[in-house]
Amino acid sequence: MAILQYQGCYISHTASTVGKIEAEGPLGTCFDLIERDPYFGEESWEKAESEMVHRTLNVLLKKAGKTPDDIDLILGGDLLNQCTASTFAVSELKIPFLGLYGACSTAAESLLIGSRFCCSGQTKRAIAFAGSHFCSSERQFRFPLEYGNQKTPTAQCTVTGAGAFLIDTEEDRGVEVCEGLVGRIVDNGVKDANNMGAAMATAAVDTILRYFDESGHKAEDFDCIVTGDLGAEGEEIAEVLLKKCGFDPQGRMTDCGMLIFDREKQDVNAGGSGCGCSATVTASYFYPKLRSGEIRDMLLIGTGALLSPRTVLQKESIPSVAHLVHLRRTQK
Amino acid sequence: MNKKDYLDYVSERSKKSRCLLNSIKAFFVGGLICALGQAFSDLYSHLGAEKSVASALASVSLIFLAGLLTGIGWFDVLAKFAGAGTLVPITGFANAVSSIAIESRSEGYVTGVCADMFKIAGPVIVFGTSLSVIYGIIYYFCI
Repeated sequence: MAILQYQGCYISHTASTVGKIEAEGPLGTCFDLIERDPYFGEESWEKAESEMVHRTLNVLLKKAGKTPDDIDLILGGDLLNQCTASTFAVSELKIPFLGLYGACSTAAESLLIGSRFCCSGQTKRAIAFAGSHFCSSERQFRFPLEYGNQKTPTAQCTVTGAGAFLIDTEEDRGVEVCEGLVGRIVDNGVKDANNMGAAMATAAVDTILRYFDESGHKAEDFDCIVTGDLGAEGEEIAEVLLKKCGFDPQGRMTDCGMLIFDREKQDVNAGGSGCGCSATVTASYFYPKLRSGEIRDMLLIGTGALLSPRTVLQKESIPSVAHLVHLRRTQK
Repeated sequence: MNKKDYLDYVSERSKKSRCLLNSIKAFFVGGLICALGQAFSDLYSHLGAEKSVASALASVSLIFLAGLLTGIGWFDVLAKFAGAGTLVPITGFANAVSSIAIESRSEGYVTGVCADMFKIAGPVIVFGTSLSVIYGIIYYFCI
């Protein structure tokens, strides 16, 4: 599939919400909302996640000065079965909704599809979002929260956070989505759900190589090449593989999962993961940098490990995907 | 790089858990838990309970303590440090049952708490009962 070209798709506003340990991390001051109560005032982890996404969407609308009637389409997802956190979160807004599941790549996936809709001219404004909650993810994919066990050094910590982007065809506030590349499923045979970085690294490498091969760009054309949540393990593997394949990222690669936590001080093993990881870091750390002109071109490569608790128990491998979005500052 | 080479590379480079250190921690914490169990047993014997009753009461006390620590959110912190030291004694079983019971309240008492309670600890019960039957047969015929 060729690189998707977008014209006139601006990201006019972003919003993010994070939990306590994300707020205590190096990017703690960047986020719009911080909630120290992991329940978000609700009775279950699942409701907490919905509430988190709901609050993020409300902040986005408020920042943009828009009402739900101004939005033509909302699209996004989370890690829970049937994307229930998202569906409950958007139910009151009465905006046409597309639920997406790309595991941790959902933020990039929703930006890709949302921008395509806007580009077609049939959608004026769309909201793309993604969210994940540590507690609901632990419950669904691993063990109950209070269950006593030890994690391996390669395991990652699901980010409690939600990020949302307003894609606008009318309001150019300095940042546009200009290109996209849909990722291919890459199954490298890794079966260890506690080493998702290694499972996703090859998908990220595949997408990055496809993009640079086809576009003719070089790493120097970008201020940063940002992967979603490869973590310490996956990021290192990806860099080694890229160099082996003859592509030198020139030290421009970074990973949202490595930025959101301080691995020395916080108990997060190999770094952050989850839909909320790349969504919050892009919305609240990279977007302001693009707007201010500190960076002009960035590639977001949202990485997703498409496993389910059942497939892990059935000793299946972890198919992975990586979607690429090129974000660019429009004003010189 | 083919799949096998990649898996070899991943396995070779990924940091392993610190097995020796974890084993030492598990040995001492597990030993402390067993010593605590013995202390309970001695206490109940001292208070006049028969030996078999005192042993049962000691187990019940450890289960209660593990359940209590799980409920107030301390058990997982201790288990993160001690690993198998808290998992292998009866405290691990109590934690496996109570931790999932706490979370499953949101699905109701029957379809949530009661249905999920033995999801993690279930294999222990299955293997425990099966082995006790086998042991009983061996005991009946051979001893």
